[in-house]
Amino acid sequence: MSLDATMPRATAPAILPGSGGTRGALSDLFWRRPQLLLLLMLLPPVLWLGIVYIGSLFALLAQSFFSIDEYSGLINRQFTLKTYGDLFQAANLDIILRTVTMAALVTLASAIVAFPIAYYAARYARGRWKALFYLGIMLPLWSSYLVKIYAWKLILAKEGILTWLLAKLHLLWLLDAWLSLPVVGGNSLSVSFTGTFIVFVYVWLPFMILPVQAALERVPGNLVEASSDLGASPGQTFRNVLFPLALPGIVAGSIFTFSLTLGDYIIPQIIGTSRLFIGQAVYSQQGTAGNIPLAAAFTVVPIIIMGFYLWGAKRMGAFDAL
Amino acid sequence: MRSDRGQSAPLGLKIAAGCGLLFLHLPILLIFVYAFTTEEKSFVWPPPGLTTQWFAVTWNRPDVWQALSLSVRVAAISTAIALILGTLCSAAVSRTKFFGRETISLLVILPIALPGIITGIALRSAFSLADIPFSFWTIVLGHATFCVVVVYNNAVARFRRTSGSMIEASMDLGADGFQTFRHVVLPNIATALLAGGMLAFALSFDEVIVTTFTAGQQQTVPIWMLEELIRPRQRPVTNVVAMVVMLVTLLPILFAYYLTRDGDQIAGSGK
Repeated sequence: MSLDATMPRATAPAILPGSGGTRGALSDLFWRRPQLLLLLMLLPPVLWLGIVYIGSLFALLAQSFFSIDEYSGLINRQFTLKTYGDLFQAANLDIILRTVTMAALVTLASAIVAFPIAYYAARYARGRWKALFYLGIMLPLWSSYLVKIYAWKLILAKEGILTWLLAKLHLLWLLDAWLSLPVVGGNSLSVSFTGTFIVFVYVWLPFMILPVQAALERVPGNLVEASSDLGASPGQTFRNVLFPLALPGIVAGSIFTFSLTLGDYIIPQIIGTSRLFIGQAVYSQQGTAGNIPLAAAFTVVPIIIMGFYLWGAKRMGAFDAL
Repeated sequence: MRSDRGQSAPLGLKIAAGCGLLFLHLPILLIFVYAFTTEEKSFVWPPPGLTTQWFAVTWNRPDVWQALSLSVRVAAISTAIALILGTLCSAAVSRTKFFGRETISLLVILPIALPGIITGIALRSAFSLADIPFSFWTIVLGHATFCVVVVYNNAVARFRRTSGSMIEASMDLGADGFQTFRHVVLPNIATALLAGGMLAFALSFDEVIVTTFTAGQQQTVPIWMLEELIRPRQRPVTNVVAMVVMLVTLLPILFAYYLTRDGDQIAGSGK
């Protein structure tokens, strides 16, 4: 008995009883069977994304194997490859080629413009400046897509800012000369491929800066110094040290700039010529033309191109730079 | 990188980086000037005069209010759905390793990794195959799907920084699973969820491509703007709306940055 008095707490059970009620029982059940809890947590998001998203993608894919009756305009729900055959008509191939060319040029230009910003932010910006650079890239990235395009409409329009600026600088002849060029020119910059190109670069640029900056941040500063100590010129250091180390970041960024350009239809619609891009073709096929099978087949093009692109990027180690 | 300190950048790099940043920001600032211009018909620069009358005109436009109200309601509900799905998913992915974990992270990212037009037309063709009429809820369905990723990313990053021993300690002290969630896990991830929610709201508020495919006759603010860009009715009203949209999307971003900033710096210094 005296033993009990000296250490009364020792007799308390080491394992507490359940806290009781449904809540306690449920809590105990989850503790004993973590798999059940995991399943319950995963079920809603997986069901949602699986049914709503993957389901829709399959619906889309299925539709691309249907065909449209040219006379009645009705969709014939029978498996056929005819729609994919239509994709190889000269006019459609033209659209695909134009879009891919634009995407490649936009990617290249974004990389060139992004590099100095990313390099400065990664190597020289510190403390308050670093935060400012980060916000300076994040704000344009997140700010309204349509408003950004609208702003460029104001800049590129015939009576807009760029014309005014060039007039002040007495350089209007340069603009006129550029606009008279065959493919890139037009009535004004806001209805030319040059305009489309500038706006694409502008809108996707932050998507390129961030991964390049991340890649450059991992380059030790003394590597650059060692290179110059060994007598390399800045140009040589860039070619042989910085660029190869930044390349996975550039490839990672190019995934975004390339993919986003392939799919976009708003920018070429608002600032561009009447010659279509893939996105616009998809939009008009499903809307005014009512040819959902062809629209679906068109969307398969960027998916396949991006599939190869991602495969190549993975081999270059770009995913580690994301 | 100690040797970098005190070293300043070459002039050429400074100029190139500065020009790049100007290129990113000048067009946005421009929107604020155009909201006050007296010019009605065209995009004349410099503005012939400045006025605030267009704010009053915009205020009295019922179509603008309708679009704004629809956008806010869609964004609020999509954000709520994304918060639930994203938190569940990130909690599951970060606490245990299980078969198919990579597939699930891919599944969450896919709606935003593939071009918007693919998500949009996929949803539209699914609606038409399943005979679902367009409504408020078809827009929400699309928006919630791509908003999940933002919440997920923010929450996963926070879960990785939250040490598991805190949860164990809570359990050792006798708290049940729900109490641990309520008093330990939730306070830890709250700011990350708030930041994720803010970004999801901004993303939904601004989304145009998926919306054009999932909306019937309803107009969200971006759809309204797109319509005005293609077939302009009253340019100054568009200018004012553009400025308001800019502010409505930027404020949540700044707030989200403020909420996640401290944690990221701590995580960075711990490396």
